[in-house]
Amino acid sequence: MNDTALPAVQRDLAPHLLVPALVLAMLPLVGSFPTWVTLTVAGLAMGMMIFIMASGLTLVFGLMNVLNFGHGAFVSVGAFAATLVLLPMHGWMEADSLLLNLGALGLAIVVAMAVTALLGWAFERVIIMPVYGQHLKQILITMGGMIVAEQLIGVIWGPEQIALPLPTTLRGAIIVGDAAIEKYRLVAVVVGLLVYLGMFLTLNRTKVGLLIRAGVENGEMVEALGYRIRRLFVAVFAVGSALAGLGGVMWGLYKETLSAAMGSEVMVMVFVTVIIGGLGSVSGCFTGALLMALVANYAGFLAPKLALVSNIVLMMAVLLWRPAGLARK
Amino acid sequence: MLTRLLSGDLPRSRALSLVLVLILLVLALAPFLFHGARPLNTAATICVYIVLVASYDLLLGYTGVVSFAHTLFFGIGAYGVGLGLSGEGDPTWSGMLGGLAMALALTVLLAFVIGLFALRVRAIFYSMITLAVASSFAVLASQLSDFTGGEDGKTFSVPELLSPAYELTARIDGKVITYYIVFAGSLLLFLFMLRLVNSPFGRVLQAIRENEFRAEAIGYRTVVYRIWANCIGAVVAALAGALMALWLRYVGPKTMLGFEVMTDILLIVVIGGMGTMYGAVAGATLFLLAQNYLKTLMGQASSALEGVPVLAAALHPDRWLLWLGVLFVLSVYFFPSGIVGKLRGVRHK
Repeated sequence: MNDTALPAVQRDLAPHLLVPALVLAMLPLVGSFPTWVTLTVAGLAMGMMIFIMASGLTLVFGLMNVLNFGHGAFVSVGAFAATLVLLPMHGWMEADSLLLNLGALGLAIVVAMAVTALLGWAFERVIIMPVYGQHLKQILITMGGMIVAEQLIGVIWGPEQIALPLPTTLRGAIIVGDAAIEKYRLVAVVVGLLVYLGMFLTLNRTKVGLLIRAGVENGEMVEALGYRIRRLFVAVFAVGSALAGLGGVMWGLYKETLSAAMGSEVMVMVFVTVIIGGLGSVSGCFTGALLMALVANYAGFLAPKLALVSNIVLMMAVLLWRPAGLARK
Repeated sequence: MLTRLLSGDLPRSRALSLVLVLILLVLALAPFLFHGARPLNTAATICVYIVLVASYDLLLGYTGVVSFAHTLFFGIGAYGVGLGLSGEGDPTWSGMLGGLAMALALTVLLAFVIGLFALRVRAIFYSMITLAVASSFAVLASQLSDFTGGEDGKTFSVPELLSPAYELTARIDGKVITYYIVFAGSLLLFLFMLRLVNSPFGRVLQAIRENEFRAEAIGYRTVVYRIWANCIGAVVAALAGALMALWLRYVGPKTMLGFEVMTDILLIVVIGGMGTMYGAVAGATLFLLAQNYLKTLMGQASSALEGVPVLAAALHPDRWLLWLGVLFVLSVYFFPSGIVGKLRGVRHK
């Protein structure tokens, strides 16, 4: 045994510095401090919600090499499943007590995640399993799955949009100094941070996380070491779907109306996020989501016409810098 | 003669030939076979969709890349004609052609840039990037309302010869003339696509689809071929869009650029049969007939099943896409060669 230490893993800090740098650089451009705070919080909240939806997608891709174009369907299903709880528990939502409100919301989230996890499990078994390793068919089949799922939402919940008001205590804004910050956005930021933290710890500190990371690197080797990677696949797929469901609930409450197409509408942002972050990277996805939402918000304030294409411009810029996304050099 | 016209790519099946001849005859004689606006409208839409889907099949079925930007080019072509005709004063042919030329230039430029950016990397990347670009473009078109008419779109008038008020004889008015322009344009474009995929160029595309690495090893620059396929497919789609705009005398983000159009195209290609131009014909005809007439049938079935809870909702006319979606998923699994493959009786693994 020689005791020369292994060379330390090289840390790649540049992507992580992008978000703080952007936020600080925008302060003089926006001009007024309260406006800047409002814009930044709004951007962060939006970014967190997109991250929640995108994280499942990027994880599934990283581990299973499956790009699920039907991911948006889970977002819609999650939001609609939440109405199963939120509409009957009208009383709790309307009550002027933070505890009851959060209780109803928490229950809704649990139900939505359970429903989408189950659906994800079924989706993996029925739709995706026969087409592992065939990208072209995967894209087609998951698109087909999404069309069917969206239509089924119409069958079950009816074709009309459903209004989903926020619980009483989460409405409105709190005033800090001169800056108005919507309460729900703070909730979104907290939930997003919790999800990121949870994923980070699971992936880096647990045995399952170790297996997942090993599976991303070399699935065959993990299998050869005696782990049933197929079970891991299914579990990760179900978790990814549940995260999409969670994102759907958050997004639905943010929009306050639900439509079957809401998932496919948000999918574009999710895809841009995943591309910017680098396919398969959770931390890249986190940075990408925040970056995209912040840029969209600042652009909307500084140059409204530009905001329409800000996603694409950002994506092009990132890809010119790092063709495989932020997380990959 | 016929072999030459079809570029040597014959239907190779009696049943398929029969279906194709029937479709061709009905489309060619549509203005005289049916009365009223609806059947003629369906026929014209079928013509345009055949071209649109055939050009998409060049990418999906022949080259093996999934693009979601096809409606983008379809829309650009349509808006080119629409904006060219909707300027001040009387609509002129030169205005229309000028608009179309600008649309084609923009199409080639965009297709080239997207291809250059995205086709160098994995196919899956290309799908995501095209999806993002196409949806941004749709948002752009619906937001720049001074220019494009915004969410409502734009109606415009066509040169006098094509307007419904013009009458050549009692049976042949401007609408019928427009129909024949659409029909002839579609037929020409379809034959061109057929020629293209049966040329050496088309063979290379198929080689890339089957095994990109080997195609590269033989000495073909696969990126260049893919970008070419992307540009040609885009131009044909833009021309189809131009024909569509000319027929509808209307352009709008929902009918031209919407994501629904893209899913329709995907459904048609897969159900009709990927990797064969005849799939576009069979698929588009079936799909548009279903879209226009299946709804009526489903409405009857739904009201007949009134009271049966889920089934009645599932058969509601608005849910017709559910059944085609199921058919789509089943097609991808069980008959990837689509209707055409079934008719040809080819066994695919």
